[in-house]
Amino acid sequence: MARAVSKRRTVFFTIVAWIVALLIFFPILYTIITSFKSETEAIQGFNLIPSGTIESYAAVQAQSNYFKFFLNSVIISVGSTLLALIISVPAAWSMAFSPTKKTKDILMWMLSTKMMPAVAVLVPIYLLFRDFGLLDNRFGLTVMLTMINLPIVVWMLYTYFREIPGEILEAARMDGASLWNEIVHVLTPMAVPGIASTLLLNIILAWNEAFWTIRLTTTNAAPLTAFIASFSSPQGLFWAKLSAASTLAIAPILIMGWFSQKQLVRGLTFGAVK
Amino acid sequence: MKLKTLLLSACSAVVFAGLAQAETLTIATVNNGDMVRMQGLTEDFTKANPDIQLEWVTLEENVLRERVTTDIATKGGQYDVLTIGTYEVPIWAKQGWLLPLDNLGADYDVDDLLPAIRSGLTGDDGKLYAAPFYGESSMVMYRKDLMEKAGLTMPDAPTWEFINEAARKMTDRANDINGICLRGKAGWGENMAFLTATSNAFGARWFDENWKPQFDQPEWKNTLDMYVKLMNDAGPQGASSNGFNENLALFQQGKCGMWIDATVAASFVTNPKDSTVADKVGFALAPDTGLGKRGNWLWAWNLAIPAGTQKAASAEKFVSWATSKHYLDLVAEKEGWANVPPGTRTSLYNNPEYQKAAPFAKMTLDSINAADPKNPSVKPVPYVGVQFVAIPEFQGLGTTVGQLFSAALAGQMSVDDALAQAQTAATREMTRGGYIK
Repeated sequence: MARAVSKRRTVFFTIVAWIVALLIFFPILYTIITSFKSETEAIQGFNLIPSGTIESYAAVQAQSNYFKFFLNSVIISVGSTLLALIISVPAAWSMAFSPTKKTKDILMWMLSTKMMPAVAVLVPIYLLFRDFGLLDNRFGLTVMLTMINLPIVVWMLYTYFREIPGEILEAARMDGASLWNEIVHVLTPMAVPGIASTLLLNIILAWNEAFWTIRLTTTNAAPLTAFIASFSSPQGLFWAKLSAASTLAIAPILIMGWFSQKQLVRGLTFGAVK
Repeated sequence: MKLKTLLLSACSAVVFAGLAQAETLTIATVNNGDMVRMQGLTEDFTKANPDIQLEWVTLEENVLRERVTTDIATKGGQYDVLTIGTYEVPIWAKQGWLLPLDNLGADYDVDDLLPAIRSGLTGDDGKLYAAPFYGESSMVMYRKDLMEKAGLTMPDAPTWEFINEAARKMTDRANDINGICLRGKAGWGENMAFLTATSNAFGARWFDENWKPQFDQPEWKNTLDMYVKLMNDAGPQGASSNGFNENLALFQQGKCGMWIDATVAASFVTNPKDSTVADKVGFALAPDTGLGKRGNWLWAWNLAIPAGTQKAASAEKFVSWATSKHYLDLVAEKEGWANVPPGTRTSLYNNPEYQKAAPFAKMTLDSINAADPKNPSVKPVPYVGVQFVAIPEFQGLGTTVGQLFSAALAGQMSVDDALAQAQTAATREMTRGGYIK
């Protein structure tokens, strides 16, 4: 009897989980469906069955050099993620294992920078970029995205590091490990799931960042967000083409997320259950 | 062998030297059919100017506006040629953000530019600050078959009274046919472009000579009352979210009896590839109310050169090429006369081949010529602009008022409330801007 109730409960929660997952995924699914419609079909209203045309993909490819934008996205998102990790691993180690009275305040302050609307600092940042010659520059954008995502990366790593018993690090120290060895050879391997999920999440955030990547680039450093933005039209139908461009832009990150989902989920739920 | 190597090296050196000297122009533009077509035809320009390369930055209209404004105001120098609207040109020229176009070339024929369009791009000093790439007004596009079925004949210059009657008669809810499709989506360039232009025909104006907002006057009430009632009786469902593209799709699918919008739409609705009613479309001037002004607007997408560019001479060469008679001939040769960017040159409208390919040509020209940006309404105004007010504050204020009028159309507030709130918002903004002392 108890087994039957348990089975029914499992089936119920599985169905709920599927419904929630489909609801979350639906905007992406509908974008993909729309990309296989003609422009007239796309604007006609809700319709889940496309005609299957690939004319929008052909038009997008003819109008833009996708691979140039793709390469910029890869360089900027991977570069900013690595840079953020290099800065945040020591920062999170220090906060997790040698906290001071002000550690919590610093963490809160870092997080509070995410609460500021980006547009409020657009002009000062633009002027700084202009003066340092960083406008439309991949390095400039990499630094910018590092700064934007650093608070989240530090917070996530701090949370993972706190789950690691300090005694292990103490034992390493007693065995004569230097600080460098302690972080690289003891802490980092133990926190691999956490670091991996932080890395993946940061790549996704950097890949999808649209405010700064559109405003600080023109042609050389423009990533896929700028590629998508170029297909919105004031006069003339564009939904199918825009959907095709969006599908092409999200496809790499979607595939990456699919293959690394195990790692991502493991990292995100790390320490959730004691 | 040695000679061959030497020759090859010499050739490579010449090629690389040429590439090294090539100047790259960055052009900011919007994504519409005419602009995309130009990108495909630039080989003609780069062949004639091998020392100039072109890079395009295509953005959504509002993002482009914001992006270019930031760059130009901070002298970022990211762009060498800008695509800007008739609204921006006088404001930016006054700020010293644009370079005057003094060297467009001997064969450019600046006098061939349509006077109404040219006047909107000329600064107080009489200099041209932008060259028109394509221009448009607004007009009535209607279904000839439905009009006939309703037992009516569309005059060349209809009144709003006739449009109201025809729209109600043409409406057939059972067959999903709406008598009229009009813009309802909120925005200074969306519903407010249509409503501001329409209000001119009703004798309304945004401000009196002392910049006092006029939404509390009966002319605005007449305009908005008529619009909301007409759309409720004969407009499509969910009209408050319809802009140009949504109405275009409805008209192309045969769901609108009439559509009053940009003249540039004429080529879309008569294109049999996309439109199911291509052979049934007629055109008429935007309607009036007998007060002497028609509700037709005036707009052009123009190419301008920002003051911060280091490549002004090359940029002007490009602007001259893209807005020349030669370019119109080039498009006609490669893509056909129907695809030539309209609304900029008198000679185009005198061309019999264009007249043959574009049955809407005469109506487009008449509509453009009927617009008067310096005297848009019946009563005098202190501003320039038919469907906008050429002051920097208008973008924000126009969108705020547009949201209120869109809410009135959606039934979320009454016409009186929308007008009262518009009056309050406009008074506050104009006082803050120092227009009202």
